[in-house]
Amino acid sequence: MDWVWTHLDLISSETLAHIGLSVPPIVIGFLVSIPLGYWASRSAVARSVLLTIGNVLYTIPALALVVLVPVVLGLSLLNPGNVVVALTLYAVAIMVRSAADAFASVSADVRQSATALGYSAAQRFFRVELPLAGPVLLAGIRVVSVSTISLVTIGALVGIPSLGSFFTDGFQRAFLLEAAVGFVLVLVLAAVFDVLLTVLGRVLLPWNRGLRPTAAARRVIAQQLPPIGAR
Amino acid sequence: MSIEFRHVSKTFPDGTTAVEDFSLTIPSRETTVLVGSSGCGKTTLLRMINRMVDPSSGSILIDGKDIAEIPPVGLRRSIGYVMQNSGLLPHRTVADNVATVPMLTGVPKRKAREDALALLDRVGLDRALAGRYPSQLSGGQQQRVGVARGLAVDPNILLMDEPFGAVDPIVRDELQQELLRLQGTLGKTVVFVTHDIDEAFLLGNQVVILQRGGRIAQVGTPKEILANPANEFVADFIGAKRGKRRLRIDETGRGEDVLLVDAAGYAAGVLSADDARLVLTGSGPKSRSVSNKTDQAGDA
Ligand SMILES: Nc1ncnc2c1ncn2[C@@H]1O[C@H](COP(=O)(O)OP(=O)(O)OP(=O)(O)O)[C@@H](O)[C@H]1O
Ligand SMILES: [Mg+2]
Repeated sequence: MDWVWTHLDLISSETLAHIGLSVPPIVIGFLVSIPLGYWASRSAVARSVLLTIGNVLYTIPALALVVLVPVVLGLSLLNPGNVVVALTLYAVAIMVRSAADAFASVSADVRQSATALGYSAAQRFFRVELPLAGPVLLAGIRVVSVSTISLVTIGALVGIPSLGSFFTDGFQRAFLLEAAVGFVLVLVLAAVFDVLLTVLGRVLLPWNRGLRPTAAARRVIAQQLPPIGAR
Repeated sequence: MSIEFRHVSKTFPDGTTAVEDFSLTIPSRETTVLVGSSGCGKTTLLRMINRMVDPSSGSILIDGKDIAEIPPVGLRRSIGYVMQNSGLLPHRTVADNVATVPMLTGVPKRKAREDALALLDRVGLDRALAGRYPSQLSGGQQQRVGVARGLAVDPNILLMDEPFGAVDPIVRDELQQELLRLQGTLGKTVVFVTHDIDEAFLLGNQVVILQRGGRIAQVGTPKEILANPANEFVADFIGAKRGKRRLRIDETGRGEDVLLVDAAGYAAGVLSADDARLVLTGSGPKSRSVSNKTDQAGDA
């Protein structure tokens, strides 16, 4: 345990680096998926094309993507941006499906009634459809958050520091305590993010409080937990 | 605010013709009921009035002005719309739902909220419900909120699409009476859609019986239609209930009062003979009947 106390600096800097690599893919992935998901919910063709692209993206092994991205973008192999770009792609791949389901979960009755009341298309989107898609979007972004935080560790394999560095270093030196510390911190970080998102959801979606998760939200949670072990 | 349909047809992109060559004048400040069985084009006709559906051909005029020239969003804000499952916004409280359109049109939030509370009174809802979300209300309460919302901008035209279709008969009865009472004081141009002929006769000043494709089988006051069904279709349509409208005197109970039964043999009521002496005519007891077929339409 001494190792922990003597390496608190390193632990906190790697934790911060990990957060720094996790937040942009989650946020950008969310923002990009909203219009794509909306489009997919409006058009069957768009839906099948977007979801197919998403599935294909998702089957590319994470390590391959982290190596491919700098080649394609012409970045240095050690640029943390590689991890961000790669994980944003994954985030979009997961989130587009959730977003499409989220917008499809808004009842046609409510949409038509909003139209009948005299909402313009933009007002209807921002004031009715987006908030009502909220619960399913929240379910989706929670999955993306957990997945992203765990995938950030891959960067350590190509020398981009994060909590994953404790795995690589620990294994290289056969120092299991270090690897275990990394492992635990990744779990803790994922849990903290999840709690934060849940609280955010409660604040932003007050009308949803106390209601059981909608069928669509439960489906997203059940089906979309990414097969992290498979990677 | 009269509404005029001139040779209106609607064919949807998938080739379904919902309405074919429909012409009708809907008089101002009265209730016109469109009645017909499922899929005959009622909703399509109603939605053409606020441009949620645009006709494929023909035109619709409100007070003589072709609505094709009125921008849809503004038009919709000036017309009340109440639908079957209330269509309340689930993420807004009752008060905010009622205040939605005024707030869209720029009425300050505070004033819109206050007006909303007054409207809740008006439709017979407790102000205590104002802060609830729609999912926390009963079906009947939701419909009342829907009506309050439809009235929120004090529109001249109120469109109602089977607004009482999903509530139990007792609540429906209350809501219908409430609407009659409101309409008595407000005098809106109401276009009401239903597939229930009893509801049509109860609420309508003008009743339009529709066939598939929005073809008009008959237009008239309830009395006119009941007295002279234009054709077999109409006779059938209102006849489905005819058995219930024609009551017989029950032979078993003999006393001061006379028991009336309907065609199915169920007790329908009692005819009191205490001051108005009941004179029954006819040859045999079997043929003695009292018809109340126009009673629903009595004061329409
Ligand atoms: N958007 C649409 N696209 C294609 N067909 C439609 C559309 N809307 C309605 N229809 C069709 O037009 C016809 C009339 O529909 P409409 O909804 O006006 O009937 P309705 O009289 O309101 O029926 P109900 O009593 O069941 O509500 C139906 O055959 C329906 O399937
Ligand atoms: Mg309908």
